[in-house]
Amino acid sequence: MSVIDLVPYEEALASYDPVMGLEVHVELGTKTKMFCGCSTALGAEPNTQVCPTCLGLPGSLPVVNATGVESAIRIGLALNCEIAEWCRFARKNYFYPDMPKNFQTSQYDEPIAFNGYLDVELEDGEVFRVEIERAHMEEDTGKSTHVGGATGRIHGAEYSLLDYNRAGIPLIEIVTKPIVGAGDRAPEVARAYVAELRELIRALGVSEARMEMGQMRCDVNLSLMPKGAEKFGTRSETKNVNSLRSVERAARFEIQRHAAVLNEGGTIVQETRHFHEDNGSTTSGRIKEEAEDYRYFPEPDLVPVAPSREWVEQLRGELPELPRVRRQRLQSEWGISATEMQSALNAGAIDLILATIDAGAPADQARKWWLGELARRSNEDGVELASLPITPAQVAKVSALVAEGKLNDKLARQVIEGVLAGEGEPDEVVAKRGLAVVSDDSALGDAIDAALAAQPDVADKIRSGKFAAAGALVGAVMKATRGQADAARVKELIFEKLGVQPE
Amino acid sequence: MADLTRYTAAETASAIATGEVSAVEVAQAHLDRINAVDEKVHAFLHVDTDGALEAARAVDAKRAAGEELGPLAGVPLALKDVFTTKGIPTTAGSKMLEGWRPPYDATVTRRLKEAGVVILGKTNMDEFAMGSSTENSAYGPTGNPWDLSRIPGGSGGGSAAALAAFEAPLAIGTDTGGSIRQPGAVTGTVGVKPTYGSVSRYGLIAFSSSLDQGGPCARTVLDTALLHEAIAGWDPMDSTSINAPVPAVVAAARHADVKGMRVGVVKEFGGEGYQAGVMQRFNESVELLRSLGAEIVEISCPSFTYALPAYYLIAPSECSSNLARFDAMRYGLRVGDNGERSAEEVTALTREAGFGPEVKRRIMLGTYALSSGYYDAYYGSAQKVRTLISRDFDRAFGDVDVLISPTTPTTAFPIGERADDPMAMYLADLCTIPSNLAGNAAMSVPCGLAPEDNLPVGLQIIAPALADDRLYRVGAAVEAALNDKWGHPLLEEAPAL
Repeated sequence: MSVIDLVPYEEALASYDPVMGLEVHVELGTKTKMFCGCSTALGAEPNTQVCPTCLGLPGSLPVVNATGVESAIRIGLALNCEIAEWCRFARKNYFYPDMPKNFQTSQYDEPIAFNGYLDVELEDGEVFRVEIERAHMEEDTGKSTHVGGATGRIHGAEYSLLDYNRAGIPLIEIVTKPIVGAGDRAPEVARAYVAELRELIRALGVSEARMEMGQMRCDVNLSLMPKGAEKFGTRSETKNVNSLRSVERAARFEIQRHAAVLNEGGTIVQETRHFHEDNGSTTSGRIKEEAEDYRYFPEPDLVPVAPSREWVEQLRGELPELPRVRRQRLQSEWGISATEMQSALNAGAIDLILATIDAGAPADQARKWWLGELARRSNEDGVELASLPITPAQVAKVSALVAEGKLNDKLARQVIEGVLAGEGEPDEVVAKRGLAVVSDDSALGDAIDAALAAQPDVADKIRSGKFAAAGALVGAVMKATRGQADAARVKELIFEKLGVQPE
Repeated sequence: MADLTRYTAAETASAIATGEVSAVEVAQAHLDRINAVDEKVHAFLHVDTDGALEAARAVDAKRAAGEELGPLAGVPLALKDVFTTKGIPTTAGSKMLEGWRPPYDATVTRRLKEAGVVILGKTNMDEFAMGSSTENSAYGPTGNPWDLSRIPGGSGGGSAAALAAFEAPLAIGTDTGGSIRQPGAVTGTVGVKPTYGSVSRYGLIAFSSSLDQGGPCARTVLDTALLHEAIAGWDPMDSTSINAPVPAVVAAARHADVKGMRVGVVKEFGGEGYQAGVMQRFNESVELLRSLGAEIVEISCPSFTYALPAYYLIAPSECSSNLARFDAMRYGLRVGDNGERSAEEVTALTREAGFGPEVKRRIMLGTYALSSGYYDAYYGSAQKVRTLISRDFDRAFGDVDVLISPTTPTTAFPIGERADDPMAMYLADLCTIPSNLAGNAAMSVPCGLAPEDNLPVGLQIIAPALADDRLYRVGAAVEAALNDKWGHPLLEEAPAL
């Protein structure tokens, strides 16, 4: 890998306009594969979820998974696409050991959905429309593990292990039209697009779209053209960029790299590139000396797919509220700013907050926990918020305990910590750790008496009507009870003892 | 009882059902016959003696238990080696699959087993069904029982030869461009290519998916019909299979009456390149049908002229993709894997060693025809021709009930004669290919021996899609009239082996 001096980002954007194309593959969450009855469940022993069809054995034939078609149509509709009245599968012919038939059953010039768009919202609330070229159905390949060799790629490997459990899992490939005009926000747009698409896929319930599990994979195609030019430059294709952050970084890196090459009078090679999570760079993969010839032709083993207009309209009518519309509604319901909503989205917290509200917590409390304490923990642990070992119901319970006065804020945080540490349900953590707020008057009485005795001047201030001074006494009581006292009750008792009645 | 191998399938089934003979006796008689003659004929690539006897015993046990037997229970059958058979070698005539034992049964195989049919073994064929002579088999040619120095047709030469050699009363073939009908014609047997989609292709090793169709072969029209009903019908495992009732072909075979039927003679099939004796027997058949009360009409199908070139673009294109899976990675042959070579090198060496010349030729043709920049001119144009051919048929069937022609322009040619001349070989399928391109139904039924060489000639009957029953009505009428005229079935004139 040759070292290149990247052009600083702002400098690159001063001279060039980036053009992006994003190709996202989504593995559908159907129970069975796209063309056979094998299970799609993840995590099974290698080569246990296979049959003659997904192994491509001689004589085997595919049969289309109707749920896969339905999911594709629903995705298309949610992306504001037209749905084909008649379309076919096509064979994409190329050799690779993890592809059992040495052709991929895909779609070519007759995709099921085409000509749509997705509006995405950037951090500051600006809305950018990403146009969709097409969404088509295809099947996943098997999975190769190349053992030995330095790169983990097939070249130089000692041997390769093949697992065909993944072969034939339904994929929807969603391809954007060239994204122009994003300027210096291109990497941000790329990230926001993939994030929005992920929300959409999840809202439709067609896939969990977990990028870290490979259920959603993104290819970032990028080129630069001199500012003001109309003819696109040569693109690079950065493959399998598998997190939102990486999508943004890959686009950013490629902008800087292309600019460096172009500034020196060089030419961009059309090639696939690999993205490196560790340092955010890309390196050259395989050079496309000539456009690969996939020899597409209509799949003769499958009959055309011709979704009736009635069915399409029925599916359109049954679409759930789409994520952006829902966010706008929730934003107004919750009375928060666009930026706050955006950070909830970025944190992957919206559904968790809603579930917590459903479990009985007030909206502000639910937001406070998921976007505060829990978001901090998920960042620290490097796991998704939803993967933290705590449920919305448990968060709601903690919130309820606070509302009932059984916990104060500080103790509640300790309960959350206990739940995350696997110490059980909130009630159990309270009991085990002895975290209940002390609001028993007799138990507090001594501490209050001691505080009044220690600070007579403060007591006098309160008697003379300076009620705010009570804070110092409350603090002393809290300290004495190691934070377990109910602060509000302590205050009341102090006023009671001093015979004053603030409004 | 007389020689059990001379019985028709219908007679055999009835004799087993009444207890006149046991299924095991029938199976053993055929296994003995195979042992006696197949060294000369080479119809079989694999004889499954144990499996056949076991299946026969099961039929006998069922009968002993008083269970009802199907119309073909206990009847032996020769299965073209292109259908998968669980645990039984399946090679498609290729070195590429030598030693492969499929882990599953084709739908046709399963239906045969469910019908109590006794599968004797797997028959020889042109490699991956590509050829018209069975000379392209990686395992050596099959001899035509009428003259062992001549070809038995192809690609299903093994199935047809097994029938003509009395090694089996029933056989299964596949027909992509004539591979059931042309072997039927040159061996004096009956073969039907059913309507595309009426016999499941699940487990049929694909040559050209949009053209391949499995079908029945036998020595009589009625036996062919019985087998047709046993294997046809919708299969959810094959999405191109038709979800419609199977035409009543057995009833049609028993209703040998063409009175009032309109029969079209395809004008384009005849003339230069057609053997005189073939045309003579064909013309006699036309007159025979007229004398039986059919109305004869000459029909022009101008697009048929382009059928052969269109076929040799579509079939190779599909085969170039279908055969891509033979890459030495998962099953079958693997050559040159010395631990040093890359996967690509091993795949290349395996394909070099494992595919025969005709298969390579077609893979290259098809790869070229599908290449970007050539697709429209070749594959695209061929598909348009296909549409024109379908329209010619539609127009014809608007006027007539069936079309007839010679099945193949010549009688069986000597082994080796056309081996180095692919174009001459391809002409053997001139008359049969249009039906594959249109997806309709067609039969070849014997119509005599060509006077110049005393070899069988086939009459082809073509019916619209899903009107397969018409083939049997016309075929049975021709068969009955000719057997009357000759005083015996044609095959009785075949030399002893």
